[in-house]
Amino acid sequence: MKVALFASCVADQLYPEVARSVGRVLRHYDCELSFPPSQVCCGQPALNSGYFAEARRVASVLVDALADTDYVVAPSGSCAAMVHHHYAELFRDDPKRGAAAERLSSKIYEFSQFMVKVLKVDRIPGSFPHAVTFHPSCHATRLLGVRSEPLSLLSAVPGVELVPLPHAEDCCGFGGTFAIKLPEISAAIADEKLRHVSGTGARYLVGTDLGCLMHLAGRMQRRGMAIEALHIAQLLDRALGAAPEAA
Amino acid sequence: MQIDVDERDLRARARAALDDGFLRGAVGFTVDRLRGAKARSTEALGDWEAWRERGREIRAHTLQHLDFYLEQFARAATTAGAHVHFARSAEEAQSALLRIVREKSARRVVKSKSMLSEELSVNHVLERAGVKVVETDLGEWIVQLARETPSHLILPAIHKPRAKIQALFEAQAGEPLSPDTATLAGFARGRLRQEFIAADLGITGCNFAVADTGSVVLFTNEGNGRMVSTLPKTQVVVMGLERIVPSFEELSIMANLLPRSATGQKLTTYMNVITGPRRAGEADGPTELYVIVVDNGRSRVLGDREFRDVLSCIRCGACLNVCPVYRHVGGHAYGSVYSGPIGAVLSPLLDPSGAHSELANASTLCGACFEACPVKIPLHDHLVQLRRRNVEAGLTAPAEQLAFRVYGWLFSSPFWFGILGRLARFLERWLGYRHSQRLASRVPVLADWLRFRAMPRSPERAFRDSRREKGS
Repeated sequence: MKVALFASCVADQLYPEVARSVGRVLRHYDCELSFPPSQVCCGQPALNSGYFAEARRVASVLVDALADTDYVVAPSGSCAAMVHHHYAELFRDDPKRGAAAERLSSKIYEFSQFMVKVLKVDRIPGSFPHAVTFHPSCHATRLLGVRSEPLSLLSAVPGVELVPLPHAEDCCGFGGTFAIKLPEISAAIADEKLRHVSGTGARYLVGTDLGCLMHLAGRMQRRGMAIEALHIAQLLDRALGAAPEAA
Repeated sequence: MQIDVDERDLRARARAALDDGFLRGAVGFTVDRLRGAKARSTEALGDWEAWRERGREIRAHTLQHLDFYLEQFARAATTAGAHVHFARSAEEAQSALLRIVREKSARRVVKSKSMLSEELSVNHVLERAGVKVVETDLGEWIVQLARETPSHLILPAIHKPRAKIQALFEAQAGEPLSPDTATLAGFARGRLRQEFIAADLGITGCNFAVADTGSVVLFTNEGNGRMVSTLPKTQVVVMGLERIVPSFEELSIMANLLPRSATGQKLTTYMNVITGPRRAGEADGPTELYVIVVDNGRSRVLGDREFRDVLSCIRCGACLNVCPVYRHVGGHAYGSVYSGPIGAVLSPLLDPSGAHSELANASTLCGACFEACPVKIPLHDHLVQLRRRNVEAGLTAPAEQLAFRVYGWLFSSPFWFGILGRLARFLERWLGYRHSQRLASRVPVLADWLRFRAMPRSPERAFRDSRREKGS
């Protein structure tokens, strides 16, 4: 199965270890993984701020970069939702990229969605013997419809003690450019989320989206909290690393 | 009475609200209760998604044929004995109302809760004309006494602590009152009862108007709407022109969607269906009934294909109750009559002067509003569309425009994007993490990130660079 990794600009530049984890986990499940090097960003920062021309300019690079592959996997529900939700409309009047943009919309998956829906993964070898709590990111759940997939993956990891997060479905306050346009509100929303997170007693805060995790981890660092933010691919990677056959 | 106008910008208003510990506690507590009640009452209904879809269809169909249904409504209401006026603007609605008030020589007016009357500044207009006007919904009365505006669509005084309410009521009573609910509510009930009896004109809003019977339908929980529409000799209804439902069949769907979404009630406590004034032999009701159908920007929204469905809103407030922004800053921070996600979308559409354009930014785009909406208005998409219109109209800051031009250029070039990343990592290694954060906190965009959150430590190399070195 030919799978292209769309790392996202955030994972590429700030969290390459997440992209590496995605790669290792997908290879473990026999995916033939490629990283088309001309990819950059999905264009969401511009689109969500109303700059459609700039968004289209950035998105067209991605449409071209990811043209020749069966599947595209992104470690971010938000980026996948951007492609899935907006690309067809963004390139409707583009004779050159219209069809490719539509194809891309239907072949892009968020990582946990791909693991469960396409690879049908229902058990993970190895172990991760820790208490973790999971924050479902809004674009993954509400725009992409990814709700049960990450939870079923986490429950499939031996050793994981999944502590339910109260008000889990509430936004973390990131919101892309919202985080810098109205930073006081953004931080207030994060603080309420983190109050719930620390109330779970979990050591790890797991998520599917690096934007949200970067925001929450940065806030936790500022506030001196000892909980580690982890992308779900990192957790699965660590679990697999502890599996006997990988040792 | 002039309402105090807040001239600060959105961020300044939000900061002030965030400093108000009571406000945040009260709003958070109350919306959590409403959300819980809504969840229980919608689950009890079975397939809530099918109900939402039916609600959306009804509203879309009505808006599609609004000219037909409005005419049908006006004809039926007139046949039933009501006087129907159409007002294109707030000014026209105000003068229509003043004309009726003067014709009837009304000196004392009672009102039941109506957001449209807030939009039309009805209280201000009447008071300037020397008419005493009293709000009779408990929350609205509190807000009126405090010279404020409602901070929630259905809970106008959600932000008011008990002690403030006690003080406002004591000023009215002219004597000390005990702060317990029974005493305060009892005082309001007694005082408002006198107002109902003394009033010579009643003003109500309109939750729904039934086209084929010409009926005006009021949903209230305190019974005050029933008093306002039965005791005074004259009743004036102000209704937005989009309040129409075709018939009682559709009303029965709305009678489920609205209270369940708003407060989690299966039915509203009082539902009044008013068809014309009092008829011969009837014991109560006004002898004259006027209906002012208000446009005030609505027909422009109706003609805007991108935003037409915003007029589907039934003012339940469910989007406010789930909004993370509303939760932390309350309604006044929006600086407009309508707050929360629907306010952020509706206010700039009804008033295209640009006064509310920055409200499009008052959202994380989390989509909780869309999920909560009983008629499925995609508010999160509309917020992005409004941002796009702000950009197209040149309303965004020049620095932001420049930033996005640079973004468009750098992030569409894998080469320059890679160079930018390497430059940033080089700087961080050269200065050290701590110093580079300090330097970054002088750069405008980064500064607003760094005031509240740390920046992640840069990796050794970007993912794209590590792949190149490995040759894969």
